[in-house]
Amino acid sequence: MTVELSLTRDPAHIRHGSNIGQPMTRTDGVLKVTGKARYAADNHPPGMVYAVIATSCIARGRVTALDVAAARRHPGVIDVMTPAHKPELAEDPDAKGNPFAFRMELLQSDEVRYANQAVAVVIAETLEAATEGAALLSPRYQVEIARVGLDAGEAYAPPVVGIGNPAEVRHGDIDAGMAAAAKLTDSTYQTPAQYHNAMEPHAIVAVWDGDRLFIDTPSQGMGFAQMRIAGLFGIPPANIHINSPFLGGGFGSKGLISGPQVLGIMAAKLIGRPVKLVLRRSQMYGPVGHRPPTRQRIRIGTDESGALTVINHEARVTTSSFDDFYEPAADASHTLYASPAIRTAHEAVRVDTGTPLFMRAPGEATGSIVLESAIDEAAFACGIDPLEFRLKNYAEVEPTTGKPFSSKALRQCYAKAAERFGWAGRPLQPKQMRDENGFLVGWGVGTATFPAIMFQGNARAVIRADGKGVMETGAHDMGQGAWTALAQISADSLGLDFDQLTFRSGSSDLPDAGIAGGSGHTATVGAAIHNAGAAVIAKLAELATSDQRSPLFGAGNAGVVARAGRLHRRDDDARSEGYADILARAGLAEVDATGSGAADAAAQSQYAMHAHGAVFAEVKVDPELGQIRATRLVGAFAAGRIINPLMVQSQLYGGMIWGLSFALHEEAVMDHRSGRILNANLAEYHVPVNADVPPMDVITVDEHDPHVNPLGIKGVGEIGITGSAGAVANAVFHATGIRVRNFPIKIEEIVMGLS
Amino acid sequence: MMNFDYVRPASVADAIAAGSEKGASYLASGTNLLDLMKGGVSRPSRLVDVTRLPGLDRIEHLADGSLRIGALVRNADLAHDAEFARNYPAVAEALLSGASAQLRNAATVGGNLMQRTRCAYFYDAGSACNRRWPGAGCDALKGENRLHAVLGWSEGCIATHPSDFCVPLVALDAIVEIEGKGGRRELPLEALHRLPGETPERETALERGDLIVALRLPSEAQGFARHARYIKVRERTSYAFAVVSAAAALRIVDGKIREARLALGGVAAKPWRAREAEQVLAGAAPDAAAYREAARAALAGAKPSGDNAFKIELAQRILVRALTLAAAGTPDRIPALPGSPFSSVAGA
Repeated sequence: MTVELSLTRDPAHIRHGSNIGQPMTRTDGVLKVTGKARYAADNHPPGMVYAVIATSCIARGRVTALDVAAARRHPGVIDVMTPAHKPELAEDPDAKGNPFAFRMELLQSDEVRYANQAVAVVIAETLEAATEGAALLSPRYQVEIARVGLDAGEAYAPPVVGIGNPAEVRHGDIDAGMAAAAKLTDSTYQTPAQYHNAMEPHAIVAVWDGDRLFIDTPSQGMGFAQMRIAGLFGIPPANIHINSPFLGGGFGSKGLISGPQVLGIMAAKLIGRPVKLVLRRSQMYGPVGHRPPTRQRIRIGTDESGALTVINHEARVTTSSFDDFYEPAADASHTLYASPAIRTAHEAVRVDTGTPLFMRAPGEATGSIVLESAIDEAAFACGIDPLEFRLKNYAEVEPTTGKPFSSKALRQCYAKAAERFGWAGRPLQPKQMRDENGFLVGWGVGTATFPAIMFQGNARAVIRADGKGVMETGAHDMGQGAWTALAQISADSLGLDFDQLTFRSGSSDLPDAGIAGGSGHTATVGAAIHNAGAAVIAKLAELATSDQRSPLFGAGNAGVVARAGRLHRRDDDARSEGYADILARAGLAEVDATGSGAADAAAQSQYAMHAHGAVFAEVKVDPELGQIRATRLVGAFAAGRIINPLMVQSQLYGGMIWGLSFALHEEAVMDHRSGRILNANLAEYHVPVNADVPPMDVITVDEHDPHVNPLGIKGVGEIGITGSAGAVANAVFHATGIRVRNFPIKIEEIVMGLS
Repeated sequence: MMNFDYVRPASVADAIAAGSEKGASYLASGTNLLDLMKGGVSRPSRLVDVTRLPGLDRIEHLADGSLRIGALVRNADLAHDAEFARNYPAVAEALLSGASAQLRNAATVGGNLMQRTRCAYFYDAGSACNRRWPGAGCDALKGENRLHAVLGWSEGCIATHPSDFCVPLVALDAIVEIEGKGGRRELPLEALHRLPGETPERETALERGDLIVALRLPSEAQGFARHARYIKVRERTSYAFAVVSAAAALRIVDGKIREARLALGGVAAKPWRAREAEQVLAGAAPDAAAYREAARAALAGAKPSGDNAFKIELAQRILVRALTLAAAGTPDRIPALPGSPFSSVAGA
C-alpha cells in the first residue's frame, strides 16, 4: 500500500526544526576536499576509450571536407564519427517535442550553425590521440557571412519569452502614464553575452549493455535527460541509468542534456566500447547554452512627488538561427515597483550562435541590472534618495496582477541592510565622497527579487526494522548543498536524528526529483520528502495506534507525534513507542511510502510568490585612472524558510559575486565579422578573483510563508545576482557621476568620462 | 596534441645542439608554451626541457656590482627574495602584479621574457595572423582591438607584449645573456623584442638554437631603489594582463630629478622604453607639470590601432601616477595589491 498525501500544510505528526534550520556543514565536504567525491569524468570503466569533438571555426556555412583518412592514420585512433558514419538515431535531433527540447547538433548534416559546433568526433585509445586526430581532420568549409550581434538582422516579436511568458505585457494605461509624468527618464542599456563556465566541464562516460545505457554525467535534470536520450536512441527511459552524484557547478547549462553529451553516447554505440567525452573549456562556448546579449530601452515616468506613473521596459535579445529561447529580460519590471502603468515587451534577432539557454537568473539578471539602474536614474531625476524612492514606490501587491504577495519582507530587508551598511547621510549628488587616500567613493542600492518556483519531484521514504530511516530521491547537487539540506528535511520528516538517516540521491534509478533549476529544487524536493516522510510516519502511526499491545493504542492517527525515532502520544508525552518496536510487533522488515512535491495551483492563482532582497554596495574609483574596486557589499534577503543558514549564506555570497561580475567583469567578446568567441577561456573571460571580492555581509530576514509550499521555502539560488549587479553599477555612478549603460563597465568609459 | 619528441639535455651545450634542430622548442615551465600547443598555435616536433640544466637557477652578485639572475629562477622566488626586492623594488612589484600565484610559482625568468602576445587572434587558429602565418593578414586590425597597441604597431600586426616583469627591466637597462651556436653573447633587453614592421613573425632577436641563460641588472640600477614603482591598470585585480602599465624609477638629488627611467607596458609589441620622457625629466623638479610634460612626450608618437584611443590618454595618466608615486618614495614593503592603483594614495 502506498499512501499518497496531497500537499498538506502541517501534518500533525511531523515537526520540523530538529535538523532544519541548523547550520550543518556539508555531508559531502570531506569527500570533496580529499578528492574522493567522484565526478563524472573521474570514472574509468574497463575498456574505456576517449572521444574528442572536432569543432567548427566558422559560425555559418557548410563543412565541405574532412580529412578522415589523416585522422584514422594517427596512431591510437579507433574511429571517426561524421555525418556519413554514425549510429542511426530514432529521432531527429532537430525535432521539437516539448518546450524543453532544444535542437542539438548530432552530426545530422554538414551544416554549421555557430562557431564551436561539433563537426566530427574522433575516438581513440588515448585522450592525446583523439585530440590530435580531431586536429588532423582539418575541416574545409563553404563559409557564409555570419550574423553577429543585436543588429544582425530584422527584429521580430517572439511568440513567448522564457518558458511560456507572453512577449508583451501591458498593465494600466501606458499613454496616460507617460502623459502624467512630470519627469520621464529614457535610457538604453546593453548587456553582453555571458557563458555559464561551470568549473566542471560537460562530461560523459557512456557504457552500453545491449539496449541498456549506463552513463556518468553531470545533470541538473536526470528525468529530462532520460526522456531525451530515450527518444533519440529509441529505448525505454527506464533502460537509461544516469549517475550524477556531484556537479562542479551547472548554473543552468546542465539542466538539459546537451549535444556533446549525446555525442559521447553515440560514440560508445558506434564502436561498442565505453567512451569518455569531456568538453574542453573553449568548447563550452557554443553548444551548452549562454546568456544572450540584450539591448534594453527603459522609460520611467514619475509625478511631482516622485511616485511612478509608468515603467515601459523594452528588450531586444538574440537567439540562434535555428531555435527559440528568448531571455525574458524586461519581465524583471513586472513585480517590483508599484506603477499604475507597466509595459514590458521583447523583440528578437536571429544570430549565428548556439541557442541561448537558462543561465543563473535568466531574465532576472539582465533585466534587473537595467531596471535597478533606471530606477536609480529616476530617483536622481526626482532629487530623491534612491532608497527612499524605492520605499515610496514599494509594491504592496504585485503591480501587474494585483495579487497579494504570499509574503514579502522587503521593507525589513531594506531597513536591516541599510542599517548594517550605514546608508544614512549618503549625499544625493554623485562625486561627493572621497576616502582618506583621495579615491572617489560611491554607494549604490539595488532591489533583489526572484520568483518562488516549484517543479515536480518525488521521494521515497523507508523506516527499517532497526528503526532507522532511508530517504531516496534523484536530486541534484550542483555544489549548492542538496546532499545536506535535503537530508536535513528528510531527518525531520521521518522524526529521526540526523545520524539515523540514510539519504540516497544523485541517480536516475531513484524517484525522479525534477529539475534543479529556477531556485526551486529545495522547495520541490523538500516538499516531496516532507510528504513521503509524513506518509511513512502515518503508516507507522496506523500500525501502532490500531494495535492493542501498543502504548499508543487508541491515540488516533493524528494523536501521535514523531520525534527521535519514536512516536509519542500527543496528549501524554510519556507514552511512546520506538519505530523498531512497532515494526517488530507487526512482523515487518520495513514500511515505505512515496511522496511528491509540486506547486499548489490554487495558492498560485491567489498569491504572487517571490523572494526579495536589498543589496547595498560601496565602490572606490581612482579619479584619474578609472580603476574601479568594490569595497563593501551588504545584502539582506527574505526567502521564506531557511533550511541550512550556512549553505544559504554561501549561495547568497555566490549570487552577489555574480552580480559584481555582471556589473564590472563578465563578457564574451565575439569577433563582429566571424562570430568566433575570442576569449573562450578562463584567463580572458573575466570573473572576479578573490582579490576583487570585497568584504560581504549577508543577512537573512525571517519570513514565514504559509502559501508557497508545505515547508515555506522560496529558494535562494539566483536572487543574489539580481540586486547586486544594479547596486554596484549605481555605486559607480554615485562615485563618478558617470552613468555607464553598457555592461560590464569598462575602464575607458570611466577614464574618458573623468576629466 | 600531436606527438613530439621530448629531450632533457644535461648541459647547456647539449641543449643548444638539441634546440638548434628544425622544429625544436625550448621548454621551461611551459606556462605559455603548453597552452599554445594545446590550442594548435605552436606545434613543435621536439621539446627540449631546459628546467634541469645546472647552474641556471641562481641569483649572483657580480664583482662589478651588477646582479645576475639565472634564466631558471622562478618568478615567485625572485620577487620574494628580500634583497632583490629592496634593491629593485619596481621589478619585484611588477613580478607580483603578474599572472596568478600558481603561475608565478612555476614561471621562470627566461620564460617570462619569451612569452608570446595575448592577442586573441594569435590564439584563434581560425583567424588570420601574420605572426602565426606570415602574409596571412591581421584580423585584429579591424577586429576587436580595444586592448591592442598604440605605439610601434604596423598594418601587419597590432599585438602587444604582455609581460609586466619586462617593463621595469627595460627601464633599468637589463641585459640578456644568450648562449647559441656561436657561443655566448649579450643583448640589451630593449633589443630582444622586435616591433612588427614588415616581419611580425620575427618576434625577438634570437636565432634558432639561442637559449637565454641569464638576465643581468647593471650596478647603477640599484641607484633608483628609493624612488621606483610599477603601476598597472587591469580589468580585475589579479590574473589579468595590463590594459596599460608603467614603471617609473627616479634618482632625486637635492630636490631635482637627476635621472629618470620610464617604460610602458601593454602599449606595444615590446616593453616600451620612454626615452623622450626621461629627457624631459632630467634636471626637472619632481612636480606634476613636469610629469605631465614627460607623459605627453612619451605618447607623442602614439596613434590608435583601432578602438583603443583611450589607451593613449590612460598611458599618460599612468605615467604621471607612476612618477608621482615614485617621487613620493618606494614603500617599505611591496603593497598587498602589487601594482594596483589602490595600493597607493591617489594623486599623492
